[in-house]
Amino acid sequence: MATTRELSPTTVVKDSVGAFRAVDLKKKIRFGEAIIQGFLFFCGALSIFTTLGIVVVLGSQALRFFQRPEVSLTDFLFTTTWQPAIGKIGIWGLATSTLITSIIAMLVSLPLGLAAAIYLSEYATPRVRGLLKPTLEVLAGVPTVVYGYFALTFMTVILRAIFGAENVQIYNMASAGIVMGIMILPLISSMSEDALSAVPRSLREASYALGATKLETAVRVVVPAALSGVAAAFIIGVSRAIGETMIVAIAAGSGPNFTFNPFQAAETMTGHIVRISGGDLAYDTIDYDSLFAVALSLFVITLGLNLFSQRIVARFREKYE
Amino acid sequence: MTAPAGYPEGPALQASIGARHRWGAISRTVFLAATCIGILSLVALLYNVLDRTYGLVAYEFKTDPATISERPLEELNKAELVAVLQAHISKGAFNKLENDKPFANRSREEVFELIMERVVQIKVIETWTLTDSLLRQAEIEQQVKDEHPDAILQTRAWVTTDFITTPMSSKAEFAGVRTAILGSLWLIAITIGLALPIGVGAAIYLQEYATANWINRLIETNINNLAGVPSIVYGMLGLALFVRALEPLTSGAAFGVTDSNGRTILSAALTMSLLILPLIIINAQEAIKAVPDSLRQASYGLGATKWQTIWNHVLPNALPGILTGSILAISRTIGETAPLVVIGASTFITVDPDGPFSKFTALPIQIYQWTSRPQSEFRNIAAAAIVVLLVMLLALNAAAILLRNRFSRRLY
Repeated sequence: MATTRELSPTTVVKDSVGAFRAVDLKKKIRFGEAIIQGFLFFCGALSIFTTLGIVVVLGSQALRFFQRPEVSLTDFLFTTTWQPAIGKIGIWGLATSTLITSIIAMLVSLPLGLAAAIYLSEYATPRVRGLLKPTLEVLAGVPTVVYGYFALTFMTVILRAIFGAENVQIYNMASAGIVMGIMILPLISSMSEDALSAVPRSLREASYALGATKLETAVRVVVPAALSGVAAAFIIGVSRAIGETMIVAIAAGSGPNFTFNPFQAAETMTGHIVRISGGDLAYDTIDYDSLFAVALSLFVITLGLNLFSQRIVARFREKYE
Repeated sequence: MTAPAGYPEGPALQASIGARHRWGAISRTVFLAATCIGILSLVALLYNVLDRTYGLVAYEFKTDPATISERPLEELNKAELVAVLQAHISKGAFNKLENDKPFANRSREEVFELIMERVVQIKVIETWTLTDSLLRQAEIEQQVKDEHPDAILQTRAWVTTDFITTPMSSKAEFAGVRTAILGSLWLIAITIGLALPIGVGAAIYLQEYATANWINRLIETNINNLAGVPSIVYGMLGLALFVRALEPLTSGAAFGVTDSNGRTILSAALTMSLLILPLIIINAQEAIKAVPDSLRQASYGLGATKWQTIWNHVLPNALPGILTGSILAISRTIGETAPLVVIGASTFITVDPDGPFSKFTALPIQIYQWTSRPQSEFRNIAAAAIVVLLVMLLALNAAAILLRNRFSRRLY
């Protein structure tokens, strides 16, 4: 039996004086390259440290909050008054407002966004599309604090003119929710439009060949085929609405209020964090710790929604070859 | 061939086709209308802001400025203004002002403002929007005459060079955004300085080095998730980590700065860097992905190492995309408010920020604060600050488009 020996790969080259010489082709370890690669890996891994940082920092502070004698997790999850200073820590005092503003925002942005996406992807000529789409995307670039100003000085005034100043408070959830819907609209429309445009032409042509009108094709063939993308856009939109801060901080009112009336003022989870931390907040008070419990809840909810949306896209995407 | 049972035929078929097409036309209009509502909202938003940046203002004086000096105040130099001020306020009050900040160190504008504040005691009674000022001018004049006989009605532009160049003031009519703009610029400079190298590095790693193992998949998923975390959560992270835990570092105490706590530009910039990192990484990845493989192979074929290939060929070709992404990230940094509020950017800053360890305010913070005030003149200066902010954003985005057009060479 022949024994084999590991040989490093070599080749023969002619050197400068014309003599033939064997050259080792084995991969050289270059320290400079290795250091650079190490640094680049560190840059990539930093994002993991950020996530860990969020979880550890928010988690440990929230844990301190729940370890206080006057605080219990069941009170936090199942009661409706939020006043940590006197030991009332029902998250629903803040969460209902978050819920209502988000629902209003989605009621505005989903129909409008989806309709705009259908128009841009199915009806608009390239010229019209080239004009409308960038204009719509400008909406996405407007800072949220400007939307807050818009909600308070424009939308609230209109709502009070329509429904009567005695029914609509100056700070109210409806105005914040509607403007939030306008803010989310470009997100929904551009994500949905991407999904609709990805549906292959052959499906549309098959539908036309069977005698369907443009509307029937769009609504019964294209939208169902792109449903996973539209659903993902919807969920990202919800997550955005829940995490949105400045619009609700400016227009939805300050002071927790457990109410389902959208024309009343009520503070959301995000608005509460901004208002309390905006003042000179003393460290290690129950107010300070409670903010981290609220922030952790926000992080968990939005992270869950984002993961869910990625799941939907991966799981239900129709593949057309 | 006959149609299957239950389907209309003949005239009924014609009618049903007509109905379907009508319905199609109606829906088409509805879809177009939805698109237009979005655009109309944008128009309404801009109109609403611009409407408040110019219009009638009713002032009241305690002392008529025409009576306190022989020549109009606007024509006096600084020394004469100081003399006017000294003549009209008590000696104690004047000495107190001198102790707060010697008059030798005050600018002419500051002295002028002091006279307006202490001697003339100007007070805004009410302000009107541009639309009101134009359409209801007579009505407003009558109303002011009836309710405030001494008041002076004037048309005033709220966005002026004075507004941009004067620092904060507690009175809306003298307030400016100089400190806020400088704060925003410091913030952007440090944030981009931190986030751009790290973000591009991470993108290079993920695109050029990473193999498909679990840790790299984890990094990739993680970056996508971080992009969806609400900005206020980053604010809370920054508050606990940079403002509190790393206070010796971020307050500058470790570097010999003594008069500051952790609520500094540096803390804010670190927080903002974490916030925009995912954005920069995702954009840079796209840009690097678009560089054709043939370029890399040609470089390897000539014997270049991996890093030489990346540094000399991949990065230069991905640069326009990376720059566009960074400009988007800068836009985000300029407009982001919530994390800054949480970190505790101060709102009343009259001194220019002079380094990473100074306290600061930023444009969006100023807008938030002024919007929260109930008086109408604060709505006006909030609108003026919004105009400044939007112009900055517009300039940035124009720069992004120019860059993209200037550098986008076709590679294949």
